Amino acid sequence: MSMSRIVKATANLLFPFILVFGFYIIIHGHLTPGGGFQGGAVAATGFILMLVAFSPETIKKHFSTDSMKYTEAFGLLLFIVTAFIAIALGSTFFFNWLASGGIIFGEAVAYGTNPGILNSAGTIPLMNIAVGIEVIGAMGLIIMYMLSGIEGVKEE
Amino acid sequence: MNRKEILTAAIIIVFAGSLLLPSALLNFGNPQHGEMDDYMIDNGQELAAVNNIVSGVVFDFRGFDTLGEATVLFTAVLGVSLMFRRMKEDEEYEYE
Repeated sequence: MSMSRIVKATANLLFPFILVFGFYIIIHGHLTPGGGFQGGAVAATGFILMLVAFSPETIKKHFSTDSMKYTEAFGLLLFIVTAFIAIALGSTFFFNWLASGGIIFGEAVAYGTNPGILNSAGTIPLMNIAVGIEVIGAMGLIIMYMLSGIEGVKEE
Repeated sequence: MNRKEILTAAIIIVFAGSLLLPSALLNFGNPQHGEMDDYMIDNGQELAAVNNIVSGVVFDFRGFDTLGEATVLFTAVLGVSLMFRRMKEDEEYEYE
């Protein structure tokens, strides 16, 4: 069960662009409209496009249901761990412990209107990335499970 | 038409009318200016250390809400995986 050659070629062409756009929305979640959920949904659309254009059997050779499962669980764990590290450092749950710290994402935000620095905002980009990973895994997993129901169905 | 059908039609008309009522009474596109909006716009950058106030609210002020949202997504996948799981050899369907 797979689509025509035109659909396959278009899907092959569009797949990297969709992924790059999704990751752009995730990474710039603390500067521009969007964020983890939205960017993750866009990136997951790329996986869904590949799953629809090619047969599920072909796709399962490249990324399996198990890897999607681990991706999703890893995203949720990263999100919770980021929130819990704040308690380990002696402040409240979900405290922005990375902000203005000088490590990664540690540059101070200029108050008022400013063009925006990518390397700022502390834990918020980290949480955006974590949620993005989780949404990619979850969406891909849902569509993979649903497509597994049509496995072995003969074309009429 | 008997009395029951007329009653059903009347209930549907009243219900649909009550759904359309807000479109006539409220003026959309002009949200009331709240104290909360001003507070977030003025202090959001300092309190959450982020340029995008929406991201600041979602991941800092309302972090618990986002955690719940992520958990809901996880649970949704769990439910789908239970529904679409592969049956074992000797397992039988049971429709109720």
